[in-house]
Amino acid sequence: MKYVLMFVETEQYAKELAEMSGDDRQAAYERVSQWFAEHAPKIVHHGHLAPPHTATTMRLSGGDPVITDGPFVEGKEVVSGYAELEVADLDEALAMAKSWPACPVIEIRPLT
Amino acid sequence: MDEVHVELARVVREHAGRLTACLIRVLGDFAAAEDVVQDAIEIALRRWPEEGIPDHPDAWLLTVARRRGLDVLRRQANYRDKLARLQWPVPEEPDDRLKLIFTCCHPALPETAQVALTLRTVCGLTTAQIAAAFLVPETTVAQRITRAKRKITDAGIPYRVPPDAELPGRLGQVLSVVYLLFNEGYLTSSGVRPHAPDLTADAEFLASTLAWSMPKQPEVLGLLALVRLHQARIAARFDGAGRLVLLKDQDRTRWDHDAIADAIHLLERAAAHHRPGPYQVEAAIVACHAESPSWDDTDWAQILVLYDMLLAMAPTPVVRLHRAIALRYVQGPTAALAELDSLVLDGYHLYHATRADLLRDLGRHEEADAADRRALTLTANPAQQALIADRLRP
Repeated sequence: MKYVLMFVETEQYAKELAEMSGDDRQAAYERVSQWFAEHAPKIVHHGHLAPPHTATTMRLSGGDPVITDGPFVEGKEVVSGYAELEVADLDEALAMAKSWPACPVIEIRPLT
Repeated sequence: MDEVHVELARVVREHAGRLTACLIRVLGDFAAAEDVVQDAIEIALRRWPEEGIPDHPDAWLLTVARRRGLDVLRRQANYRDKLARLQWPVPEEPDDRLKLIFTCCHPALPETAQVALTLRTVCGLTTAQIAAAFLVPETTVAQRITRAKRKITDAGIPYRVPPDAELPGRLGQVLSVVYLLFNEGYLTSSGVRPHAPDLTADAEFLASTLAWSMPKQPEVLGLLALVRLHQARIAARFDGAGRLVLLKDQDRTRWDHDAIADAIHLLERAAAHHRPGPYQVEAAIVACHAESPSWDDTDWAQILVLYDMLLAMAPTPVVRLHRAIALRYVQGPTAALAELDSLVLDGYHLYHATRADLLRDLGRHEEADAADRRALTLTANPAQQALIADRLRP
């Protein structure tokens, strides 16, 4: 089955990352690269999103499209990246998510 | 429940889970298999009370499930063909029901759905029976089950016993569902009946199924011992008028001492693995009470040691509350009350009822009555309400 892991950043996590020394931040990035390398055979593709201040939302419900600045939900938790997986079942996706070394929230959804 | 229905529930419980597990194996579809078995159970519950329980309830259920299944699944040729070829007796796989329990208690399902789905799929309860047991509308239970089954299929929740690496966490979830079920049956959280023996029987059945399949998991044995130690003393818990009798006032000759000895033997088997856990320790605490010839002979010092162990494993306010009760008999009510005053458990009836007890010991009657009145507003169990109301009566 195919799943998408949606990596969710929190304000707290962004703050911790910002406060890290250069070396620590470099090490954190390396842990993420390592995770992607380790699971490469199961990852179809993945991407990192630019920060929420770059987001634009368009609402198509009723009449003319309404374009607004910012993500579709304003909140302290924002999707910051994703990885599409090809694995046997939810447990395998959960096992991969469990070893994710960066942002503290992950939503796991199957692709239909 | 009358005798016929108790027997009916027992027979269904014994066979429903096996049949569901077997059909999932044959059909490869959790929801379809569950629907078909549930359908057969509904028919059995209508017909068996009149016609009697058949000699081979499992063969009967399979025949009906297969016939109804061919009907229900008429649009899915794939399932129909597989079902049509299915003959009784079906080959059993020892861990089929275990897979079923682990799937129903998957952490990706909401906890209320885990309990409902386990009761329906593994124990063969109908939606109506689950709704009645938990005092929620039948449509709510039906919705929870439908959503959970859809999630199992759509989100790809596997039908299997988790591999060893994942087992500790997953087993903990399964045990907590069984324990939750037992607690609800032991002392209902609301409603007209103070306890629900059918639910405690379901919980014991689940715990023993787990223990049979996983005899080397000490916490599974610990939970089964805990459930059986409580079950063994059930006859003395209520008086003739259905009023709750406190442990210190119970007639201990009415306890089932053979069952207590068996449960303690089980606990010793668990302890031999040298991997203690909260269920084993809780069972050991209950065993202390169960082995004590009288209230006055209770070994409170030993119980306090066990509570300290439990607290180290599960540092929750509720464990601290229970530990404080033991502390009262070791160090006295003042020490116990001080411990209670440091807890944040304002929404829990037992916290206030225990405070009331201690305050009364210390001669602070007005405060005790106030605490009891607070406890009264926090429990919806009729037997507990009656017990507290009695204490408040001048």
